[in-house]
Amino acid sequence: MSPAAPGAVVHSLWTTAAAEAPVKIPGPVIEYAELAPVLIVLGTALVGVLVEAFLPRRLRHPAQALLAAVGLAAAFAAVVALAAGGYANGKAHPAAMGAVAVDGPALFLQGTILLTGLVAVLTFAERRLDPAAHGRPVDSFAAQAAAVPGGEAEQKAVRAGLTTTEVFPVLLFAVGGMLVFPAANDLLTLFVALEVFSLPLYVLCALARRQRLLSQEAAVKYFLLGAFSSAILLFGVALLYGYAGTVTYSGIADVVGGTPRTVTPALAATMGNDALLLIGGAMVLMGLLFKVGAVPFHMWTPDVYQGAPTPVTGFMAAATKVAAFGALLRLLYVVLPGLRWDWRPVMWGVAIVTMLIGAVVAVTQTDVKRLLAYSSIAHAGFILAGVVATSPAGVSSVLFYLGAYSFVTLGAFAVVTLVRDAGGEATQLSKWAGLGRRSPLVAAVFAVFLLAFAGIPLTSGFAGKFAVFKAAAQGGAAPLVIVGVLASAIAAFFYIRVIVLMFFNEPRPEGPTVAVPSPLTSTAIAVGLVVTVVLGVAPQYFLDLAGHAGVFVR
Amino acid sequence: MSFPLLTATAAVPALGAVATAAVPAARRAAARWLALGFSLATLVLAAVQLARFDTASKTPFQFTESHAWIADFGVRYELGVDGIAVVLIGLTALLVPFVVLAGWHDADPLETSSRRWRPTQGFFALILLVEAMVVIAFEATDVFVFYIFFEAMLVPMYFLIGGFGDRAGPHTEAEAAGRRSHAAVKFLLYNLVGGLIMLAAVIGLYAVTAHQLGEGTFSLTRIVEARAAGRLDIATTTERALFLGFFFAFAVKAPLWPLHTWLPGAMTETTAPVAVLITAVVDKVGTFAMLRFCLQLFPDASRWATPVVLGLALVSILYGALLAVAQKDIKRLIAYASISHFGFIVLGIFAMTTQGQSGATLYMVNHGISTAALMLVAGFLIARRGSRLIEDYGGVQKVAPVLAGTFLVGGLATLSLPGLAPFVSEFLVLVGTFSRHPVLGAVATVGIVLAALYVLVLYQRTMTGPVAEPVRGMPDLRARELVVVTPLVVLLLVLGIYPKPVTDVLDPAVQHTMSQVHKGDPAPDVRVSDARVKDARVNDVEAAK
Repeated sequence: MSPAAPGAVVHSLWTTAAAEAPVKIPGPVIEYAELAPVLIVLGTALVGVLVEAFLPRRLRHPAQALLAAVGLAAAFAAVVALAAGGYANGKAHPAAMGAVAVDGPALFLQGTILLTGLVAVLTFAERRLDPAAHGRPVDSFAAQAAAVPGGEAEQKAVRAGLTTTEVFPVLLFAVGGMLVFPAANDLLTLFVALEVFSLPLYVLCALARRQRLLSQEAAVKYFLLGAFSSAILLFGVALLYGYAGTVTYSGIADVVGGTPRTVTPALAATMGNDALLLIGGAMVLMGLLFKVGAVPFHMWTPDVYQGAPTPVTGFMAAATKVAAFGALLRLLYVVLPGLRWDWRPVMWGVAIVTMLIGAVVAVTQTDVKRLLAYSSIAHAGFILAGVVATSPAGVSSVLFYLGAYSFVTLGAFAVVTLVRDAGGEATQLSKWAGLGRRSPLVAAVFAVFLLAFAGIPLTSGFAGKFAVFKAAAQGGAAPLVIVGVLASAIAAFFYIRVIVLMFFNEPRPEGPTVAVPSPLTSTAIAVGLVVTVVLGVAPQYFLDLAGHAGVFVR
Repeated sequence: MSFPLLTATAAVPALGAVATAAVPAARRAAARWLALGFSLATLVLAAVQLARFDTASKTPFQFTESHAWIADFGVRYELGVDGIAVVLIGLTALLVPFVVLAGWHDADPLETSSRRWRPTQGFFALILLVEAMVVIAFEATDVFVFYIFFEAMLVPMYFLIGGFGDRAGPHTEAEAAGRRSHAAVKFLLYNLVGGLIMLAAVIGLYAVTAHQLGEGTFSLTRIVEARAAGRLDIATTTERALFLGFFFAFAVKAPLWPLHTWLPGAMTETTAPVAVLITAVVDKVGTFAMLRFCLQLFPDASRWATPVVLGLALVSILYGALLAVAQKDIKRLIAYASISHFGFIVLGIFAMTTQGQSGATLYMVNHGISTAALMLVAGFLIARRGSRLIEDYGGVQKVAPVLAGTFLVGGLATLSLPGLAPFVSEFLVLVGTFSRHPVLGAVATVGIVLAALYVLVLYQRTMTGPVAEPVRGMPDLRARELVVVTPLVVLLLVLGIYPKPVTDVLDPAVQHTMSQVHKGDPAPDVRVSDARVKDARVNDVEAAK
């Protein structure tokens, strides 16, 4: 270092020339209280990472599970407090400098996601289903994620009784991202939230204890296709920015509507360029439809649902759908309402194809997890029918459907974890033959979930289906309702087939047994069952809740 | 607030279902008695309904209940009965105890079954659950409430058909289970598709009322009032589409040709008591709903569709009867005979004459009783011999005269012998049809001739002639079986000679329905005047005495 010349002013990063007046940069306004649900969940996730690092191994599992449950419950309490405080309607506004909306749909979906997360924690923490490995209870997750399947390291890890307790903080990170996703009020926040919840899900998918190759294959497929769709979404974001000169939802909406607040020369040059808008909007839409699992972006669903550890599948099937549909609704209703006449025909087509392909392909499935995957595709189609209604009734029907559907899904996948043979979960449908004769209770509960999926009256599935079809019919989409009804009939066929198999077929001598779960999974299933029946018999309270939450803030 | 009689009539069997299902595996006998007790309690409530029903009342519905339920869907929990509903509830409540008694041992577990498998409890719980749902479907005056239970009753019915069948048959247990589950799936898919198409129409109805009345409603009374007042004016094509959606579901349930193909399989493969439940109770919801919902909600479209519906009904009558003649299986024969009879009921409803509809409603009751008698005795017979095939029997009347005798009465009722209950209703239907559509009425009478053929040939082959070897030593009806059959036979005789108590309750409701469709009876004509038809009816009744 050369000696400084005497008298020269020393500049460094930390000092400025004394003579210049300091430039005032306004600090960002962050409404911490209004973002509390997200902050609590992410904060808990960070604490979970510390727990993982510092707590002795034998304490980690109970500590992590408890921590995750408490964090999610606290976040849910925060959501309820915000909703009670009027943020769902009167005080709804975009927070954090317009990046995150705090409004009815956001709070409703956040509440739903947090509850599904809470139920998922119960199934994640279950340790009684798998036979104890070397005297230590194990859960559904790999002993050591990094060990090569079937390799020496894995055997060592199993012998040592290791468990992957990281799943709890990872789950919390995913939930954190999902909370932001439907509330995101600008395209960048949307993208960041998408990545924050997707990456943990890719990891979780790879963590199955049994059939690890299948699980890792699923994770790789999910990751590759997910990365691809993220890239498309990001490209769309860039094009929309190029079109409108802003990434905020309200800013883009203003430009689409032809009423921008200020017209700069740059904006004046691009805002007439409909190609940018249409291509950009379509690409963002594609990214969201991928997460929703709508045809033709559904290819990943069956493989991932099948390969992922079943508790993860249940969580993913429920919560991802809620978050992604929330984001889709906000995009279509807040950003692109001015483009309604362009996207409605497209979404009509997507909804019809999704309903039909999901239902038809499900008929041929022989694996219960794949069957539920295709059924989730068909349900995505039903929900899309509510999305295209473009009315407040459409929004609230979608919200209600999402809430109803996620609990049926969680319950159904939790039941799947119980049916086991020597190779772990027996997901081959043929093995389920005669289950109703061996374990009438478990089979009956699963039958209730299937009937709810099929939309039989007095279950939540029927109330949800009726709500979305009603909104669609009133929104002038009667043909969509008729296709939906036909698809429901096809779908009913394969749900019923599983019931036939369970109750009317003789059990096989070497068939699977039903493991007796700990109170954790039992609670998860019971919650699913209660919500399914209550939302079917007395849905009015929840319809009101969804109805009050039907208006987006801009 | 007055006592919610209608809710109670549905709630008692529902509670019974829960109680029966909760009985531990070892206490099978308790489950049976519990089910019988609850079904009798329901019968008492149904009798109270009938006793307190005011036939002179001008209001369309009595004992009405109305509570908020799902405001977002415009749904209210609205119940109310007219004369038709109250009689059909009575029929349901009357038949279910007999169904329970007749099926006393039908669902005993096999010795090989797992100890936790509780088929007996399940069987009786499901029967009571079906009863509860049927009762509430008869009572509902809110289209949505009706739809919910119309659809939901498929689930217990499905388990009854698929889960329980005749013990001994030409097939092994596994084969029989396969055939049962096939029949159950067919039953469910047909009815579910019908129901889902109706769902689209239900949603359409909501969209129409929401659009025109400002808020969507499913209330039958409100919609009918609004139409009468001109506040609700459904466009012709919309009304026709909605009518077709509703009618399709009811035609599947009724069942009407060509949507009938689920019925023979379901009735043949399941146990005789469940077959009675299907044809005598559950299917009546379909024909009842045509009267209550199709005609009252969509009168113009009903008139528009009349020619086609009458044609289908006529085909059902002839087709069902012809196929019944050709059957080799006793239960299948009865199933096809039922299809023929449902044809008569639909014919009477859509003939749009007072006699036709009043005959059709009376026919619903009489067909329920006569089919129950015939089918239950057939079930006893089949259980004794272990075969459903007609050719396996012969000369039963020499070994088991009481069984053969009651079978004959049931059979004669099925062929509408004067003096037995179905005659009156079939005659009314034919007269009602004839006064408006003479050709149709004339052709429909062929159905009666065919009925004589299939019933008498069935009786001749099974009961008369030399005693077949396996039939030798067949025990006659036991005390429990006599308790089931005797009241039904007595009822067939009583209603055949003196149907007035039932028609008095039915007729005002029929008049009301007719007025909804804006159809009067055809103008009196020199040859067949209404007065003379009524005289003829009385004369015939007198003659039957």
